[in-house]
Amino acid sequence: MGVREALARTWYSQGRALARPMLKLENITKRFGPVVANRRITLEVAPGEVLALLGENGAGKTTLVSILYGLYAPDEGRILLQGKEVRIHSPKEAQRLGIALVPQHPELIEAHTVAENLALGLDLPPVFSRRALVRRLAKLLEGHPLGVDLEAPVARLSAGEKQRVELLRALLNRPKVLILDEPTSVLTPKEAEALFQEIRRLKGLGLSVIFISHKLDEVLAIADRIAVLRAGEKVGEVLRQEADKDLLVRLMVGRSLAPPPKVPPPRAEVVLEVEDLLVPRHGFPVQGVSFALRAGEVLGIAGVAGSGQAELLQALAGLRPFQGRVRFLGEAWPQDPARLFALGVAHIPEERSMGVVEGMSVAENLALRTYRRLAPRGLLDYRIMEKEAEALIGRYGIRTPSPRTPVRFLSGGNVQKVILARELRGGPRLLLAMHPTYGVDVGAAEEVYERILDLVRGGSAVLLVSEDLDEILSLSHRVAALYHGRFVGPISREEADRERLGRMMTEGRV
Amino acid sequence: MRWELDPSPSPRKVLLTYALFLGLALLGLGLLFLLYGVPPLKAYALLLSPLTDTLGLAEVMRRTIPLLLIGAGLALAFRIGFFNIGAEGQLLMGAVGAAYVALFLPPGLWSLPLMFLFGGSLGALWAGLAAWLRARFGVNEILTTLMQNYLVYYLVVYLVAGPWKGQMVFGFLYTDRFPPEAQLPRLGDTLVHWPTLVLGMVAAMGLQVLLFRTPLGFEWRVLGENPEAARYLGLKGGRLILLAALLSGFLAGLAGVGEVAGIHLRLLEPAQISLGYGFTAILAAWLARGRPLGVLLTAPLLGLILAGGDALKLALSMPFRVVDVAAGLLLLGFIGAEALSRRRLVWRR
Ligand SMILES: Nc1ncnc2c1ncn2[C@@H]1O[C@H](COP(=O)(O)OP(=O)(O)OP(=O)(O)O)[C@@H](O)[C@H]1O
Ligand SMILES: [Mg+2]
Repeated sequence: MGVREALARTWYSQGRALARPMLKLENITKRFGPVVANRRITLEVAPGEVLALLGENGAGKTTLVSILYGLYAPDEGRILLQGKEVRIHSPKEAQRLGIALVPQHPELIEAHTVAENLALGLDLPPVFSRRALVRRLAKLLEGHPLGVDLEAPVARLSAGEKQRVELLRALLNRPKVLILDEPTSVLTPKEAEALFQEIRRLKGLGLSVIFISHKLDEVLAIADRIAVLRAGEKVGEVLRQEADKDLLVRLMVGRSLAPPPKVPPPRAEVVLEVEDLLVPRHGFPVQGVSFALRAGEVLGIAGVAGSGQAELLQALAGLRPFQGRVRFLGEAWPQDPARLFALGVAHIPEERSMGVVEGMSVAENLALRTYRRLAPRGLLDYRIMEKEAEALIGRYGIRTPSPRTPVRFLSGGNVQKVILARELRGGPRLLLAMHPTYGVDVGAAEEVYERILDLVRGGSAVLLVSEDLDEILSLSHRVAALYHGRFVGPISREEADRERLGRMMTEGRV
Repeated sequence: MRWELDPSPSPRKVLLTYALFLGLALLGLGLLFLLYGVPPLKAYALLLSPLTDTLGLAEVMRRTIPLLLIGAGLALAFRIGFFNIGAEGQLLMGAVGAAYVALFLPPGLWSLPLMFLFGGSLGALWAGLAAWLRARFGVNEILTTLMQNYLVYYLVVYLVAGPWKGQMVFGFLYTDRFPPEAQLPRLGDTLVHWPTLVLGMVAAMGLQVLLFRTPLGFEWRVLGENPEAARYLGLKGGRLILLAALLSGFLAGLAGVGEVAGIHLRLLEPAQISLGYGFTAILAAWLARGRPLGVLLTAPLLGLILAGGDALKLALSMPFRVVDVAAGLLLLGFIGAEALSRRRLVWRR
């Protein structure tokens, strides 16, 4: 059955509408110069309903919710909250109206503690003591299922923990509409489940939730209704019971997904040898890490967010001191990211913000590793740089108006594609990847896996750290886990399944 | 109606905003003059008078030279996050270096090149010290460069009052006149020491190319925009900052050489060597938005304000603080325009 016929039978296309929507968007249009990020989008969400927004990278999801949260003014269209037209000039106004947003990228102040960051979402007296603040927050959050250490500095938190802080901050004001922009990208299934519990609880209280995700299973698990955007337009809207994965995929990318590709067996040559590695970090160290990684092999490392996987990868990428023995192709390991890259070690970092320079152009960001080669006579050749960029933009399907566009103007998933394209292009001997498809849409993720497997087929070794167990299980030859900084495993893929991997992560036993 | 950030304003809009703010600043000025009993139109005419004759233009030019040299270097330093506010001190170091060569080494054809080299190097050393302290011990360069200003200030006072005090100057605090070989040529009978002006223009253009067309500049921009990314790529942050600091200090030093070898022809009290060029140049760099080439525009503009202010002082014999207030008002107008041209007003019912 084609997409069109499938759609024609859905509830929405039969001209139905909600009786009393909490929030209604009418004909919202937003342009950024020549780019139409949203084109006449009409949407509504009822009290106690979860509306999922789906769409490819750059389809306009973040833009739409940014308008709702007062970050952008729409060029056309209106917004009605409980039947009354509202004008949302600023995030402050949005909060006052009861609209809360958990942004796609955490926007916390790194140098401050969790409590101080949460305080930004509170109405506080002009003068108050730190102790009083912590006490008040502790009381507000008492019995809340999502616990956090109020006194921890945000800089020390993992991406998943930061996400949790953002959610708590959004909830402090008791909103009517809660918007979550890709909240689960960096969560483990268990953390995601906790988040869903919370969403269900909020739903029961009559909150309207708008939920953006690229993970279709999650969408099907939590949403009541699903709207799909493509290139700025709403291309379909279905009720949960009318949807299945395949229909959603076809709505989003216009085709079905292929079954996950097979990984060829590794070769004999050892690329990376790690022996008794110990990485000091705040809290507990990462320790007992020993493994050998062969050419053409993928080792997956799972773990609850904050178990030390980020630090392990940073150490191997030359960004963090460690003890123990690491050898790469039989040679000593230089602790210098530039030399490591020259030796053939590519690194996809945990945080996107580390992997790009937002104010520089897409072409320059794609050349961050190779700019020296582009200046044979001392001056950078921008013609070649942009030509090379265009090739990569095409190959990785990066949505950008031009290679000269600053990366700042790209959507989240497209920024991730810039990093992937740059790191994978030279055919590295070893790829250190931290949730490489973070925020990348299903169609593009499939292509990213294909690119990574190209590397593996060519004899590259891959260390894959991810919170997505399916990703780990479908790509890896062997899997390991980190449990409170302790390295558990590795075991071969054949011996592993979701349950066993889950146990390794949460109990520290093989 | 509300304000929104406008990340890429059109040139026309920028121009209009500047015109508007300049107009506002002039209006404020007019009121000020009125209070002092000076007809505003006459004051405006005086303010712009340097543009009407060659002598006035020369006055503007003369003030442009140090602003250009220092501003170009600061545009670079600020861009990569090295907040050098010690250009005034680095300028004075350059003046000291020039005076040493002029007064104590045998004069000859080599005198002037040597003065630029030595003066520039002293300026570089002075700025480099702050960069090294920051890279090595994490000392904030805003504090160090600021303190260093005072150190050189008193060094110069000590030199002109003590060991280097001229033999034929009696009660005055300055050195002997530099020998002719150590004096910069000037345009006609103006004070425009053109070799320094050429150096400044070359510096602005050279830094622009360095910053936007070379691998080194590429690294500088990465570091300035996102230090985390620089770390991720393995760039040597300390070395990059040191290099930029040395360059900006060197250029400030050159400006100091130009002032003593082109205008005063001797080392004298610090307040007379520089009219706060090291600070005004911060504005030149800032208005140029971190683009060294932009300083070719902003430096003459600020030069005009300084020269126009002087013309006012002389012609009206107003208390000179009032004139400074006027210059300040104009600068404030520029700052406002700069800030506002990056926003847009969104009209909705
Ligand atoms: N401030 C901006 N200036 C210019 N273009 C922008 C700006 N913000 C977004 N865009 C463009 O608008 C389009 C929609 O971007 P948006 O961030 O809404 O996508 P998205 O659906 O959230 O994608 P993703 O799944 O990758 O997060 C993209 O083409 C993007 O490049
Ligand atoms: Mg987005």
